[in-house]
Amino acid sequence: MPHLTPARTRATDAGGRLTTPTSSTAVASVRADAEAGAGSNFSRTLRRYYGWFTVGFLLFVLLLGLGERLGLPRVLIGYTFLFATIGLYAGIGIMSRTTDVAEYYVAGRRVPAFFNGMATGADWMSAASFIGLAGSLYLLGFDGLAFVLGWTGGYCLVALLIAPFLRKFGQFTIPDFIGARYGGDLARAIAMVAAITCSFVYVVAQIYGVGLITTHLTNVDFSYGVFLGLAGILVCSFLGGMRAVTWTQVAQCIILLIAYLIPVAWLGLQYTHSPLPQLAYGSVLERLAERERQLTKDPREQEVRGIYLKRAAEINARIAALPASWREGQAAARRSIEDLKAHRASMHELRTAERALAAYPAGPEEARRAWQQEAAQYAERGSPLMPHTEPFWSGEADPDKAEQARSTKRWNFLALVFCLMAGTAGLPHILMRSYTTPNVQQARSSIFWALFFILLLYLSAPALAVLVKYDVYTAVVGKHFSDLPAWVASWSRIDPSFLRIEDVNRDGIVQLAEMQVGSDIVVLAMPEIAGLPYVITGLVAAGGLAAALSTADGLLLTIANALSHDLYFKMINRRASPARRVTMAKVLLLLVALVAAFVTLMRPGNIVSLVGLAFSLAAASLFPALVLGVFWRRANRWGAIAGMLTGFGVCLYYIATRYPFFQAALGLNSTDWPPWFGIEPISSGVFAVPLGFAALIVVSLVTGRPDAQGDALVDFVRLPDSPGRESQDPPRNR
Amino acid sequence: MAAEARGRQYWIQTRRLTVALLLVWFVVTFVASYFARSLSFTFLGWPFSFYMAAQGSLLVYLLIVLLYARWQGARDAAFDAGPDEGN
Repeated sequence: MPHLTPARTRATDAGGRLTTPTSSTAVASVRADAEAGAGSNFSRTLRRYYGWFTVGFLLFVLLLGLGERLGLPRVLIGYTFLFATIGLYAGIGIMSRTTDVAEYYVAGRRVPAFFNGMATGADWMSAASFIGLAGSLYLLGFDGLAFVLGWTGGYCLVALLIAPFLRKFGQFTIPDFIGARYGGDLARAIAMVAAITCSFVYVVAQIYGVGLITTHLTNVDFSYGVFLGLAGILVCSFLGGMRAVTWTQVAQCIILLIAYLIPVAWLGLQYTHSPLPQLAYGSVLERLAERERQLTKDPREQEVRGIYLKRAAEINARIAALPASWREGQAAARRSIEDLKAHRASMHELRTAERALAAYPAGPEEARRAWQQEAAQYAERGSPLMPHTEPFWSGEADPDKAEQARSTKRWNFLALVFCLMAGTAGLPHILMRSYTTPNVQQARSSIFWALFFILLLYLSAPALAVLVKYDVYTAVVGKHFSDLPAWVASWSRIDPSFLRIEDVNRDGIVQLAEMQVGSDIVVLAMPEIAGLPYVITGLVAAGGLAAALSTADGLLLTIANALSHDLYFKMINRRASPARRVTMAKVLLLLVALVAAFVTLMRPGNIVSLVGLAFSLAAASLFPALVLGVFWRRANRWGAIAGMLTGFGVCLYYIATRYPFFQAALGLNSTDWPPWFGIEPISSGVFAVPLGFAALIVVSLVTGRPDAQGDALVDFVRLPDSPGRESQDPPRNR
Repeated sequence: MAAEARGRQYWIQTRRLTVALLLVWFVVTFVASYFARSLSFTFLGWPFSFYMAAQGSLLVYLLIVLLYARWQGARDAAFDAGPDEGN
């Protein structure tokens, strides 16, 4: 047996502690050996299965489309999509059930690079990528591309700095690596808390997305939607852990890519005469720019914007007159109710007035906050039209102020890109996937395939945003209110946050400035904008569901595994039997899922925007300790502890004191807590990551060298593994 | 020991490759974004900075990851095939 490598013997000698490889690792080793020979066979079987699956799914969509032609009702199509896909995931989940530790935690470490890449892609592409990204690009223009850059370029860091070394280390969780490299339960515990915190924020947002899509697809109540989605998540992961999640994620990756690319291709045919608008939308970009110039000069547009600016000025005058203006406003609201009562006004008018009084700010401080927000909104809507492709655009008329605004935007762009990239390389549910490949080389290729599949979506989103924008600017703007496309009316009826149009200057014609577009509508309404049959709307919803479910699966598993493996097995009960560990993991998974669903049901309104913060947290707490753990031999336990605490602490501090939602909760005045260098709280990692690195380096240098086991581990992960040595154990694998 | 020297050599080359590729990554990400306003000339019908942020840089990322996997894979194979296997 080639298992007993020098590395393992050295670890036993140096540490003096007994290194007993767990029986499960031994099982995995034997299996890995058996699989190594059969690896290509396994790959071929998988390719055949998923090939047929893809064909079958396309046929299924085609059949439903035929059904729609023959008069199948829409509700039925929605239900069919929902139950067919969730049923499919459940089927894969049940077929992959397991009680083996290595199967449960890391899918037996035999997922070929191509499929591991697909699973990573599905893990990565969340509801935010699928539904939100194109919408953000529509609204933000060039500046929104920070998300596109950050969420793809991060994979360079994962591939070059982390994934191959984690695979060589070859254990179960991310805190495992921190614990083994630096030694001691404290470092492991901090890494665990950091991993759980960022994953939990993220998973709540995913379950929220699942609830929304289920509601959208079937018209059930939001809370039923959440629990239906939860069932969908649990059937994938509960019985088979990582093994089941992996094979459902591959299926979900296929579904979500089909669901995204088909309507984009269709829309592309309409506007670029090519089914690959990703390559051809440059021409639409030119036409869009021409239309933007027209609209900027349009006197009616200017009139509407002028009205908004006047409203903003009125509100600003009221803010300046605080607190007297607050009392006057309150008195006026009360008086109008009295007047209405005295004049026996209709019930409806009275209700409206009462509601206005109830919503009136409770005190001058609240009034200032609410009014400032309102004024800012009007000022923004009144500012000139933003050219889609202009970087760091500013609507300021004053050249000095404009230059300053552009500079702030530029630095925020760079900071956001940095945080999203470093966060990608610190998010445990992505990094965990590098444990599931058969060897180091496959871990490297797996990142390539992951990025390949992610790019299929990320190259399409900017194209989609431009196509939809051009459609809206030409088919909606400038049209009479009575002959708007049907999708406009139907979507603004569903929820005004999707789309709101108000005839501000009462000329009966839609001006661009009169529209308020929500970011989610761009993808959700895309099939209708492109004039596609309803079955494609169902397909897009099923794709969004696949994106949200797959990400939620990976995240829940990360949290539950951190608790069951790092907390229970490594810190509380070292002697737990493999069967008991898996049972424990399953119970915890169920508990975490229920807690996450419960938090989701409280509808923490800002949770979706908090997702961005999870990236800064992951970047600040885990990224420095992981990278320097491999690349700097001198990094030691106290340095890692200081680095993680500093990064995590600075990040939390900045978010808590600068994020409007927390400012309000803590009663802080936003003017007393200005952002550092104008950097938005979503990019708090730009301060926290360098400080985390600095703390790690300084504290490591003033304390001693790392122990021999840590040193041996560095040697171990840096060197390549050879085909015969796939299952060797790293040092300090207690 | 020869094996240890080979290991050190392997790691030095890995580090060199990593730094070189990260340099490319840095340029297409941060340098290109910083000068985005100046790089507004037309490129294949796209404004250049928009093209980079929406497609160009992304394709370079894919290339970086591909080259790293290829080169490291080849070096791993050479390392294994080299003298003094260690077992």
